[in-house]
Amino acid sequence: MSNKSLYGEQIIYLSKHPKNFRPIEGADYKCEGANPLCGDRVTVYVKMKDDDTLDDVAFQGSGCAICMASASMMTTSVKGKKKVEAEQLFEEFHRLVKGELNPAQETHHLGKLTMFENVSHYPVRVKCASLPWHALRNALEKKAVASTE
Amino acid sequence: MIAQAVANPVRLDAVALRADFPMLRRTINGCPLVYLDNAATSQKPQVVIDRMQRFYTEEYSTVRRSIHLLSAEATRAYEETRRTAARLLNAPETRQIIFTKGTTEGINLVAHGYGRKFVREGDEIIISATEHHANLVPWQMLCEEKGARLRVIPVDDRGELILEAYEKLLNDRTKLVAVGHVSNALGTIHPVEEIIRLAHAQGIPVLVDGAQAAPHMPVDVQALDCDFYVFSGHKACGPTGVGVLYGKTEWLERMNPFLGGGDMIESVTFEKTTYAPLPHKFEAGTPPIAEVIGLGTALDYLCRVGLEAIAAYEQTLLEQATARLLAIPGVRILGTARRKAAIVSFVVDGIHPHDIGTLLDQEGIAIRAGHHCAQPVMTRYGVPATARASFAFYNLPSEVEALGAALEKAIAIFGG
Repeated sequence: MSNKSLYGEQIIYLSKHPKNFRPIEGADYKCEGANPLCGDRVTVYVKMKDDDTLDDVAFQGSGCAICMASASMMTTSVKGKKKVEAEQLFEEFHRLVKGELNPAQETHHLGKLTMFENVSHYPVRVKCASLPWHALRNALEKKAVASTE
Repeated sequence: MIAQAVANPVRLDAVALRADFPMLRRTINGCPLVYLDNAATSQKPQVVIDRMQRFYTEEYSTVRRSIHLLSAEATRAYEETRRTAARLLNAPETRQIIFTKGTTEGINLVAHGYGRKFVREGDEIIISATEHHANLVPWQMLCEEKGARLRVIPVDDRGELILEAYEKLLNDRTKLVAVGHVSNALGTIHPVEEIIRLAHAQGIPVLVDGAQAAPHMPVDVQALDCDFYVFSGHKACGPTGVGVLYGKTEWLERMNPFLGGGDMIESVTFEKTTYAPLPHKFEAGTPPIAEVIGLGTALDYLCRVGLEAIAAYEQTLLEQATARLLAIPGVRILGTARRKAAIVSFVVDGIHPHDIGTLLDQEGIAIRAGHHCAQPVMTRYGVPATARASFAFYNLPSEVEALGAALEKAIAIFGG
C-alpha cells in the first residue's frame, strides 16, 4: 500500500468498532444524512446543554468504512464543543478532505481528524467522509435531512 | 496457447484481440489495467477510433439534407450502419432500425410513441423486478401520467423470474411487457422467448432491453419475435451517444413520433405536418453522424470476432470467476441463475462494496460498486450495494485471477 492509502489502521478499526453508535433518547437535534447514489445513510443525534455546548453526539446508520469511521471520529471530536467550534471544525474538515487544507502547514483544530487527510487523493470518496458532517450541520440547523448529492 | 486453442471449441484468441484496444495498454496506480466494468461501458477498438477520426478529417458533412457529394457520401456511410445493425439483430428490413442516443432513449421513445398513444387509464404495463432504472422509470412516468398501473414480475432468490407469477399478471388490461434480456445487476439471462410467447398468446407486445445482451451473444429479433429491441452503442465497442431501437413495422408505423423537428417530416404547413416514412419519422434533427458511423464499424468488428464465440468465451470467464470468488471465505455472489451472462455481483462480509472498489482500484482493477441503477434489486436482496465484475471477450483468465488475488488482499487489509 502506498503512503497515500485511504485505509489507515485507525480508520479500519473505527469502521468496525465505531464510537457513539447509538440513538440518543430525547435528542435536541436529529438529522438523517443520505447519499442516494451510493446508499450510505447516517442519522446524527445531538443533545445540547443550555450554554450551547454539544453535550452528547451519537449516530446510527450504515455505509462504507470511510463514512462509518468519519461519523465515529466526528462524534468524539465535537462532543463537549460549543456549536460555533463544531461548525469551525466542519469547515476545516471539509477543506482537509478536499485537499484545501494542509495540516502540516496551517494551524487548525483537527487533532486526530487528520487521519482522513488521504481522502483528498480520492475525490469520489470525499462525500463518504463528509456525509456525517453534513448531517450534523443540518441537525444543528434543525433540518431533518441532509444529502451529499 | 495454440494447443489449447485447438483443444478448445471456443475459437477466440483474447490475447490477440486485446492488441486492438489501445486503452488496455494503460496502467493504473502502476499496475496493468484490469478492466472489469464492461457492463457499464466497453473499451473501443482502434478501428472504431480511426473510422470516426477519418470521418471528421476527410469525409465530414451532414446527412440527408444537402445536395453536395460529401453529404451523399456521409449519408451512404450513415445508412450502412443501419444495414449492419439490421444484420446483427436479423431484422427483416433496415427501416425497422431507428438510431437513438442509447438504450434509455430507445425505451423512452417507445414509452412516448407507443405508450402515449395506446395506454389508457386502468391499463397495465408489466416489467420485471430486475430492471435497470432505464426500463423502470419511463414506464412509471407513463403510468402516473395515464393513471395506468405498473405490475412487476417477481424474482426468486437465484435471480430468476418467476414465470408462473408472470402468467398470472397478464390480462386484458396489459398493454405492454418490458423486460431486460440480461439483468445488469445480477447477470441473469431472462427467458425472453417464453415471456414473449406468453404475452403474444394474449396479443400483448413486448419490448426487450438488450443493453447487456446484444454485445455479448447472438440476438435474432425474428426468432425471438419481440416487438421492440433496444441496445446502446457504447456497451458494444462503439461510441457514446448512439444506440439502436428495432421495432416491428406495424407498431412503428402506428406510433407517434418522439421528437418533432427537421428530418422527420414529409411536409409542413402551419396547419398540419405529415411525418416522414420509417425510419426517419423517429430521427428528428441532425443525428450523431460520426457516432452512428463509428457504431457501424464497432458492430462489424463484433460480428467478425463472432457473437457465438464471444458468448462461449465469456461463459468460460464467468465459470472461472464464479469458482474463484466462491473459494474466498466471506464472499457471497448475488445472482446464481442457471443461465447467466458474464456479470458477477458480489458482497464481502464486513467490507462495504465502495471500499472493495477503492482497494481493487489501487491494484489497477476497475469494477463497479453501487446499486447499478437497479435499486429495487438491491432492496430485494437486502443489500445497499454490491461490487460487480463484468467481463468482455478481451478479458483474460489471468485477469480473473488478479481479481481474486486483489480481493483476498482487500480482505486481509480489513483484518479478514
